[in-house]
Amino acid sequence: MGSYVPVTPEERRAMLERVGLPSVEALYADVPEGVLLKEPPVFTGGFSELEVRRHMERLAEQNRVFSTILRGAGAYDHYIPAIVRAIPAKEAFLTAYTPYQAEISQGLLQSIFEYQTMICRLTGMDVANASVYDGASAAAEACAMVRERRRTVTLVSACAHPDVIATIRTYCWGSNHEMRLIPEKDGVTDLDALRAALDDQVSGVYLASPNFLGGLEDVSAAAEICHAAGAKLIVGANPMALALFKTPGEAGADVCVGDGQPLGMPLSYGGPYVGFMAARAALMRKLPGRIVGQTTDVDGKRAFVLTLQAREQHIRREKAGSNICSNQALCALTAACYLGAVGPDGLREVARQCYDKAHYFAEKLASIGLPRREKGPFFHEFATECPGGPEKMLVALEERDILGGQPMGDGRVLWCVTEKAERKRLDEAVAVIREVTNL
Amino acid sequence: MNIPAELRYTKTHEWIKEENGIVTVGLSDFAQQELGDLVFVNLPQVGDAVTAGEAFADVESVKAVSDVYSPVTGAVCEINEALLDAPESINQDPYGAWFIRVENVTGTVETLSAAEYEAMPKEG
Amino acid sequence: MKLIFEQSHPGHKSQFLPASDVPAAALPEELARKSALDLPELTEGELARHYEALAQQVHGVNKGFYPLGSCTMKYNPRIDEDAAALPGFTGVHPLQSETTSRGCREVLRQAEERLTAVTGMDRMTFQPAAGAHGEYMGLLLIKAYHERRGDKNRTKVIVPDAAHGTNPASAAMCGYQVVSIPSDANGLVDLEKLREAAGPDTAALMLTNPNTVGLFDPNILEITRIVHEAGGLCYYDGANLNAVMGWARPGDMGFDVVHLNLHKTFATPHGGGGPGSGPVGCKAFLAGFLPGSALATGGEAPCQVRAFHGNFLVVVKALAYLDTLGGEGIREAAAQAVLNANYLMHLLRDGGYPMAFDHTCMHEFVITLEKLKHEKDVSALDVAKALLDHGMHPPTMYFPLIVHEALMVEPTETESKESLEAAAESYLEVLAEANENPADMHSRPLHTYVRRLDEVTAARSPIVKYEAPIA
Repeated sequence: MGSYVPVTPEERRAMLERVGLPSVEALYADVPEGVLLKEPPVFTGGFSELEVRRHMERLAEQNRVFSTILRGAGAYDHYIPAIVRAIPAKEAFLTAYTPYQAEISQGLLQSIFEYQTMICRLTGMDVANASVYDGASAAAEACAMVRERRRTVTLVSACAHPDVIATIRTYCWGSNHEMRLIPEKDGVTDLDALRAALDDQVSGVYLASPNFLGGLEDVSAAAEICHAAGAKLIVGANPMALALFKTPGEAGADVCVGDGQPLGMPLSYGGPYVGFMAARAALMRKLPGRIVGQTTDVDGKRAFVLTLQAREQHIRREKAGSNICSNQALCALTAACYLGAVGPDGLREVARQCYDKAHYFAEKLASIGLPRREKGPFFHEFATECPGGPEKMLVALEERDILGGQPMGDGRVLWCVTEKAERKRLDEAVAVIREVTNL
Repeated sequence: MNIPAELRYTKTHEWIKEENGIVTVGLSDFAQQELGDLVFVNLPQVGDAVTAGEAFADVESVKAVSDVYSPVTGAVCEINEALLDAPESINQDPYGAWFIRVENVTGTVETLSAAEYEAMPKEG
Repeated sequence: MKLIFEQSHPGHKSQFLPASDVPAAALPEELARKSALDLPELTEGELARHYEALAQQVHGVNKGFYPLGSCTMKYNPRIDEDAAALPGFTGVHPLQSETTSRGCREVLRQAEERLTAVTGMDRMTFQPAAGAHGEYMGLLLIKAYHERRGDKNRTKVIVPDAAHGTNPASAAMCGYQVVSIPSDANGLVDLEKLREAAGPDTAALMLTNPNTVGLFDPNILEITRIVHEAGGLCYYDGANLNAVMGWARPGDMGFDVVHLNLHKTFATPHGGGGPGSGPVGCKAFLAGFLPGSALATGGEAPCQVRAFHGNFLVVVKALAYLDTLGGEGIREAAAQAVLNANYLMHLLRDGGYPMAFDHTCMHEFVITLEKLKHEKDVSALDVAKALLDHGMHPPTMYFPLIVHEALMVEPTETESKESLEAAAESYLEVLAEANENPADMHSRPLHTYVRRLDEVTAARSPIVKYEAPIA
């Protein structure tokens, strides 16, 4: 047992004497009878490091880790270069608090400034914050940030990730604002329905591209429709796809959000990941959370500092646009390390291999009777029909150490193929599926 | 401290000028000194209603935000958009850096003359 | 120091992937990115050096004393990091079936079991990613509860004026009107003011106990009783739990909902501002409102605040920490945190630092430098900046708001008697300097990587990304 307390019983007695108290119990004199515990709470614990290690390993062993993962749906299995794991594990980055004291936090502040710049360049936007919790909360924060006094309704594409929709719905319900869904048509957002739903009450529209079904949306058209009605367009993006496809900035979006997990973060049963948020310059002061800015010190040296702080909860309290305090700084650092490690050519290469392999696999599946329902373009995810249902097929794939696609609830399966999937494993998966579906 | 004689003042350190039924509002020299270097201003929109004694704007310094209170009840007919790009003008020229102009004035808080405002005890 | 963009050289790169083993698919021209992908180009070695240079300019807990009040900057054990790095955890997809993710579910179950025992709650969710996110979740549970009962008139949340800024901000995000009640002369909840504020429109009280001035409110049972009698619920901000874990439980104090900060109390690293984890515990009558993942459960998730199951790896770290300490260990850790704070408070008080409240403190205490400011024009900021030259992180400045020229000091239990004495010596040196050469204090620090910054220009004309100079 240990508690990382570097004080001996003798030292403790000396300290108690110095503060004039007879015992540690006396420190708790203000805790009323009936609340003060006589004994510590009982739970398993008090182990040596080796026992802790064994316990944790036993828990980890109860999970299956698949060598081939053909499932995405918000969490993507990309290769993580060793250097990208090593840098954020440095103790200075790991054990620092938020860089409120700029004079001794320049390394951290500069790393965030670099991250903000990379996110702007990736998304084609003007400004980015230092990160929020994940892609879903980033989407919800974005819907809140574009709200105006006279425009408060949020529209959300039904093609968005179900967790993103649920999170936006929660945030809207929380602040007593209306949210409406725009239906799907042919695997993408129904833009006619969007046009019809827009009125002078709508502040923002959220859609994702690629969307939950993997489809690429016509963001430029959506932006035009939104702007004509005086609403802002928020686009949820996959950072990997941004290497290949038209950016939300190019397409005219006002805000771009997304989950940075593909940029060097392991699957980790869903977290920690990182939410990125970027926007047009005019919306800079509406961005929630921390933002790092460049300035100079008294000697004229370039330096970085948390800026625009008077937007935030610790100063503005109940009038702040968001309550966010901690973000996901270390994950943002990871994303920046990833982008720095792979560089522009490397990122394009990863994205291109995802695209090519996904299209290869989709074609093979179609050829054995698992076609897509939609015709539109996709990046590295796509939904197929699945005759006979997904259950047997997924079990058969698991037996070959392959995590199959995500069952959709309507009989279809949502597949994802990344650069990690080898062709021979894709061919193996196709053979297994053909066998199971008896085609 | 500069307290122009031709203006009127509130206890919450706004200055007021009335001309032809239009009331112009800004922050006093004392207020800008107390607030320090201002970095941002949140202004209402033209057409917004303001209420005497209630906040209509706020000003930010690096580490604080402070409300600015309306001396009158009425409708905002003009805002000083230049402040949005140059909040430092409030520090440099508090009596030139007006915030809003209000029309259809129906009520007002108690206001002070320059002499009364100068004599008013102020928290340092 | 050069930015990563200033070290970029076209053509510098590393090879991480083999060549593609499938044919290239057609990529329609109209979908393609047209703008340049202007990311830095470095070799792996150059990247490693860049970030090592940055890491040299960061002060972490492992570098030196970090008594940042309200933030519980305790030592972050390495075994916890090792546990979270196990491939059996990092390689699990969040949507894996129950049978293939048993270990992850078991981690969450065991963490819930231990943390509900520590807090006296019945159930817990690990979905919130940080303390503020947990506050938000907790208030959503309260909102859902009142709505479910058809109790539509509860529109107000009572928050003491000493509260963390996130409390009123979270309440506002839940559509509640914030009623701020003043603290009494001892820094505690003013019971009369609370009785006046509590009523049929009260949705909840948000409270941290020990509070932000480091005092345990002895009237806690009366406080929660007043709120419950008015029909409101009681929310416990767990930011300060480190003082009382193993000694007192929010559940026994009368609270219905709590959030914890695993990145404070349970030793998971802050990571320069996250990722944290802000699990929310509640009494059984609220458990039906706890969130899930709409996708993972295939159903409605009424209070969902993010995707999937939360910052899972952070929970792994906290579980490893709980494994190490056990019930007795957390009780010992809390007591030492409180004793360390009192010890340092005595050393500083006897050396001439005035305390805002002269009372046995909990895990932190608040210095007030109002007199120094008045007499010598040396502010809390000046003192904090001077401490930087002593190789330590200064205390939290200007919080809580109810204390003028406040410095809030939280040493935590992982500092030794010797390190507290060394810190006290530095503090007293700074105070002596402030009294002898007050004018010099405005120019501190002198020896840090950079010195005081022009924050006014940074806020007036923000530069928030790098723009390459035009050649």
